[in-house]
Amino acid sequence: MDLSAIDPLVLLASLMVAATPIMLAGIGELVVEKSGVLNLGVEGMMITGAICGFAIAVETGSPALGFLAAAAGGAVLALVFGILTQFLLSNQVATGLALTLFGLGLSALIGQSYIGIKPPHFDPLDIPLLKDLPVLGPVLFRHDVIVYLALGLVVAVWWFLNRSRAGLVLRAIGENHDAAHALGYKVMRMRMLAIVFGGALAGLGGAYISLVRVPQWTEGMTAGAGWIALALVVFASWRPLRLALGAWLFGGITVLQLNLQAAGVAIPIQYLSMSPYIATILVLAFLSSRSGRAALDAPASLGKPFHASS
Amino acid sequence: MVTLEKRPEPSEPWRWLAPLLAVALTLVAGGVMFALLGKDPVAAIRMIFWDPLFNETFAAYARPQLLVKAAPLILIALGLSFGFRANIWNIGAEGQYIMGALAAAGVALALYPLDAWWLFPLMIVAGALGGFLWAMIPAFLRTRFGTNEILVSLMLVYVAEAFQAAMALGPMRNPEGHGFPGSRNLQDYPAAHNAELVAGTGMHWGVVTAFLAVVIGYIALNRHLFGFQVRLTGQAPRAARFAGVDADRLVVICLGISGALAGLAGMFEISGPSGQVSIDFNIGYGFTAIIVAFLGRLHPIGILLAGLLMALSYIGGELAQFGLGVPAAAIKALQGMLLFFLLGVDVFTNYRLRWKPGRAG
Repeated sequence: MDLSAIDPLVLLASLMVAATPIMLAGIGELVVEKSGVLNLGVEGMMITGAICGFAIAVETGSPALGFLAAAAGGAVLALVFGILTQFLLSNQVATGLALTLFGLGLSALIGQSYIGIKPPHFDPLDIPLLKDLPVLGPVLFRHDVIVYLALGLVVAVWWFLNRSRAGLVLRAIGENHDAAHALGYKVMRMRMLAIVFGGALAGLGGAYISLVRVPQWTEGMTAGAGWIALALVVFASWRPLRLALGAWLFGGITVLQLNLQAAGVAIPIQYLSMSPYIATILVLAFLSSRSGRAALDAPASLGKPFHASS
Repeated sequence: MVTLEKRPEPSEPWRWLAPLLAVALTLVAGGVMFALLGKDPVAAIRMIFWDPLFNETFAAYARPQLLVKAAPLILIALGLSFGFRANIWNIGAEGQYIMGALAAAGVALALYPLDAWWLFPLMIVAGALGGFLWAMIPAFLRTRFGTNEILVSLMLVYVAEAFQAAMALGPMRNPEGHGFPGSRNLQDYPAAHNAELVAGTGMHWGVVTAFLAVVIGYIALNRHLFGFQVRLTGQAPRAARFAGVDADRLVVICLGISGALAGLAGMFEISGPSGQVSIDFNIGYGFTAIIVAFLGRLHPIGILLAGLLMALSYIGGELAQFGLGVPAAAIKALQGMLLFFLLGVDVFTNYRLRWKPGRAG
């Protein structure tokens, strides 16, 4: 075992990359949940985004088009969820699970002819001056545009929810859809928009895994990242800035675990690879143990069906 | 303008029509999917849903497989259905299935090469216990801390998969296996082998257990206080609280039953059809069982039928894979679609369509 092989700067830099997929999917789901909808299909939308992005990037040679396609793929799948839960009033938990099961099957189907192919390279941004800063340069300023897009979206969502009128309406709908409906707000329209937004971001997050992090296509490659993103929203108590912190924390655990594997720690790698999941469970248990604080932070109408009967 | 109007009571005919309509819609959508893949849709559908049962060339192999594949699905789905009715969402049955299989195989391998009649019953107990204990983790966290059982049970699937790989490469590896991953094959270990009871039927102890479980499940749901409490909690949680239903106890029981049944399913699979602890012997029964539970309307008889149908899609899927080159993933997508259509069509169970002139709110 050689722990000195682990360079803390490289570790921090790869933490930023590892956190990006769950940060994207998590911030999208946060908006969805703030509108009072629980979409458990994040994993399915991520894996669909992963293959859509991969396929289009390979076919066109352009990673940027790939990311666009990934967002579109995730959004289309989310739209199906929206139609089922909002217009056909299906159970949100069951529909979210269906989305995940279907997404895993669909992506495997599309992905068969893409196994073993390398996607076009996605270059990091070339930020003059900043990238040459000592310490901060390699950690913060040598990443690709999606890393910064994720951070920008976190700030944008924070601003939207807390400083904009539309965000206020969205939160009102999430807290009490009947009252919001009585005030004349369009509950279904707002929720559909939130659901599609969440799907697009989950798709982007998925494509970041298949195009940048791995970069390759294998079946079921998101490996629970969608579920970790769901846990992240609870961890963040539905607050965008705290979600970014959580994403770094989980990204850090993943990266550290991979580095320990590479450094040849005397623990079988299977036990090390359990750690992100076990950490998620422990964090969830710890948060919920604080006398129901987490439950208090949740949007009051979360997961409840809305039917304007009168 | 079409609007939905809530029915005062869920429509009884639609409760049974919805799954049938969903299956019909899935066949149509599946046909479109096969056509897009460049396969003859009629031939593909025929090969998946008809040939395994009625084609003379395939039926001899396929019919017994129907029971083999349906048994674990029915066992797991039945366990899940109680929790789903009471809004207790165990979606980690795949993990409990793995842990049950590992516990049973662990017992058998530790005692190798024992030749005693009580080994197999001991493995059954170990399998049920393995799944039960794994399900007790989300149950404990939910009752003690109020932690969401959906996320915890699902996370534990990934932990169980990693554990299974560690076992197949480490402690359970076959010492005579020339260093290849994977345990001894339990099919070559008579005292531990879950063999066919009647040759050529596919009937093994797991199938017997699944049928028994359907009967017991039916009685428990319809004729027992437990079933009443489950239904009451699902339909009116507040009323259930006033009626003295202990919510925490119900969480523990529902997760416990589903965990134990999933563990049993894993036990019968590892000691029979699959035979060997490998790094990936689980093939997703725990997730497909979720579809089976909903398609069967969370009702034991419905689950029996839905389990058989889903088993048929697995077997027919394999046939179509070899016969027509239909990719295996297409069957997974087909199964996912089925659940979509079911959830969508289900709107007619609780609502009716009304034509309203003019604008509607």
